[in-house]
Amino acid sequence: MGTVAVNGLRKSFGKVQALDGVTLDVPDGSFFVVLGPSGAGKTTTLRAIAGLEKLDAGSVHLDGRDATGDAPADRDLAMVFQSYALYPRLTAYENIASPLRARRRTSSEIADAVERMASLLHIERLLQRRPAQMSGGEMQRVALARALVRSPRAFLMDEPLTNLDLKLRVEMRTELTRIHRSLGGTFVYVTNDQVEALSMADYVAVLKEGKVQQVGTPTEVYERPANQWVAGFVGSPAISLLACHAEGDRLVGEAGWTLPRPRWTTAEDGRPLLLGLRAEDLSVERRGDTSLPGELYGLEPLGDRTVVDVRVGTEILKVKARPTVTGTPGERLQVTVDLDRAHLFDAGTGLALSEAGR
Amino acid sequence: MAVSVDKTVSTGPARGRTSPARRTSGRGRSVLEIALLTVLAVVMLFPVLWMIETAFKENRDVYAIPAKFFNFTVTLDHFKDVFVDSTGRSSLSTAFLNSVVVAGVSTVLATVLGVPAAWAYSRFAVKAKKDQLFFILSTRFMPPVVVVIPIFLMYRQLGLIDNKLGLILIYTAFNVPFTIWMMKGFVDEVPAEYEDAAMLDGYTRLQAFWKFTLPLLLPGIAATAVFALIFSWNEFVFAIFLTSSDSVRTAPPAIAGLIGGTTVDWGLVAAASVVFALPVLVFAYLVRKHLVAGVTLGAVRR
Repeated sequence: MGTVAVNGLRKSFGKVQALDGVTLDVPDGSFFVVLGPSGAGKTTTLRAIAGLEKLDAGSVHLDGRDATGDAPADRDLAMVFQSYALYPRLTAYENIASPLRARRRTSSEIADAVERMASLLHIERLLQRRPAQMSGGEMQRVALARALVRSPRAFLMDEPLTNLDLKLRVEMRTELTRIHRSLGGTFVYVTNDQVEALSMADYVAVLKEGKVQQVGTPTEVYERPANQWVAGFVGSPAISLLACHAEGDRLVGEAGWTLPRPRWTTAEDGRPLLLGLRAEDLSVERRGDTSLPGELYGLEPLGDRTVVDVRVGTEILKVKARPTVTGTPGERLQVTVDLDRAHLFDAGTGLALSEAGR
Repeated sequence: MAVSVDKTVSTGPARGRTSPARRTSGRGRSVLEIALLTVLAVVMLFPVLWMIETAFKENRDVYAIPAKFFNFTVTLDHFKDVFVDSTGRSSLSTAFLNSVVVAGVSTVLATVLGVPAAWAYSRFAVKAKKDQLFFILSTRFMPPVVVVIPIFLMYRQLGLIDNKLGLILIYTAFNVPFTIWMMKGFVDEVPAEYEDAAMLDGYTRLQAFWKFTLPLLLPGIAATAVFALIFSWNEFVFAIFLTSSDSVRTAPPAIAGLIGGTTVDWGLVAAASVVFALPVLVFAYLVRKHLVAGVTLGAVRR
C-alpha cells in the first residue's frame, strides 16, 4: 500500500512562485515520473511530499491520510537525493544501515538487510568504503541502497541519474526499472530528461513553472500532448511547429503551402493554428500525396539516423531520415507528411485542438 | 636589494634565461627577507625573550647593571613564588584558578549557546534574518570599555560585583555574537541535505543535527572556541573594574597588581606572565590542525 496524493500545492521563494497549484495522484505501486525543465518546481514538489518544505497552501495525503503537517520521519518515505547526500564520515555499510538504525532494528536484521541490498545493487565490495573513496556511480548505488533498504510507503527520487555519465545513466535506467519490478513499491521520480521519463514511467506528469501541464502514460504524453509546450518539451528532436490556418478542406501555411485538412480538426476558418509534426512522421525519402515543398538547410548525422533540417518558408522542419541520406544545402525537396499523426494547436492559447491533441 | 634588481634587469630576453634569473633574484630576495624577518622577529620577540629570561634569573641578576643577557644564574624560585607563599597557596595561584574557571565556563557557555543559534540562522527561514544578524554583530562594534560603567552600575544592583559569575556572564555575552558569526560560516559549508536525508531515515531534526551535522562542525567549533577562550583568558578591563578581592580576581588584574608598590618583584611578574601565556600557547598548538582545517574547510569540500 503506498499512494501519494498532493492537492493544490503552492509555495513561493521570495518573488518566485515555485509551485502554483500542483495536484498529482500517484497510484499504488506505480513508477510515477515528474518531468519538467529546471526551475519547473519538480524538486520542490518532491520535497513537499517528503515534508522537507513548508507549504504556503495545499495538502499532502499519504495512503489517503492527511500528512501535510507530519515530520519527514513520520511519513515513512525514502528519498534519493540528486547530490546523493551520503554521510561523509560513515562507510557505505553504515550509510545503508542508517534508516534501520533510526528505526531501532536489531543488528542482525540490519546486517541481513544491508547484505540483501548490496547484492541487489552489486556493491558488496564497497561496503567498508567511505563516500570520498567512491566514484559517482558507486555513490549513486549506495544512495539507492540506503533508500531501498526499508520498505517505505513510497520512494522519492530527485534526479538520481543526472550526475552520472551517459553510459552509466542508460545502465542505471534499466537497473531502476528492474528494481521497481522486483521490489514493487511506489516510485515518485523527478527528472528533466524526457528519455528517462518515457522509458521508465508508468505515468508522467509534465511540470512547467509550478503548474502541471499534463498527466498521462508516456504514450499519451508523447502521442497526444495537451498543449504546444508539452509537444515541444517531450520528444527529440523537438517537434516542428508550422504556423497555418484552416480554409475549407485545406490547411494553408503562412509560408504558402497547403495540405489537406485533417477530418478531426474543429477549428473555424482563418483561426491561427500551429501544425505540429514530429521528425519520425516526416520523410524526405518516401513519396506521398501530402507533402510540403522546402529546401535542404542542413544535415545532422547521429549514427543510427540522420536528422534533416528542411526550410519551409521561414520555418525549419526536423525530418528523421536513414543515416545514408545525402544532399547539399539549398537543394529543393519535398517533405512527405503523415497527416494522421499530425498535431494541431491553437496559436493563441497553445492548447491542442480536439481529440486531446490529435 | 641592488643585487636582485641588477640580475633581473641585466638578463637577456631569451626565454630560457628568465627562469634561472628569477630564481637568482628570488634567492637574493630571500636572503634579504630572512635578514629583515630576523630583525623584525628580534624586535617583536625581545620583550617575550626578556620576560622568559627574567623569570629564570636570580634577583641580583634581574637588577644587575649592565643587564646580563647570558651569564646569569638560573633559578626556579620565581615560579615557586607564583604558586606558593609563606601562608601556603599564593594569591596568584588562586587568580590563575579563577582565570581557568571564568575563561573555561564562559567559552563553554558561548559555544553551547552560539553553535545551535548559528545552525538555526543557517538552516531556517527566520524573519528579518539579516537585520537580526547585523544586530548581533553590532554588539561588537564598540570597544567593550564603553559599557564598563553601565555594566558596573547594573552589576552593583544585581550583586554581581566581585563575583566570578559576573565575569562569566559578561565574557559569554561578548563571545556569543562572535561564535554565532563564525559558526554560521561553518554551518553554511555543510550541505543541508545530510540533515534532510537523516530526517527521511527517521531521525528528528535535532537528532539529524546532533548525529550528522555536528560531527562535521567539530573543527570549526574548535577554532571558534579557541578564539573565545583566548579573549576571555586575556580580558583585562572588565576584570579590573568588576573584581577586587584576591579570591575572585582573574590572572590579568592580579599580575598587574604586582606592579605599583614601592619595590617591584620583576622576577615574580615575569614568572607569572610566563605561566599566564603558556596555556593559550599550548592550547593553540594542540588544536592547530583544527585551526587550519577550520580556515580551509571551504576548500576541501566536495
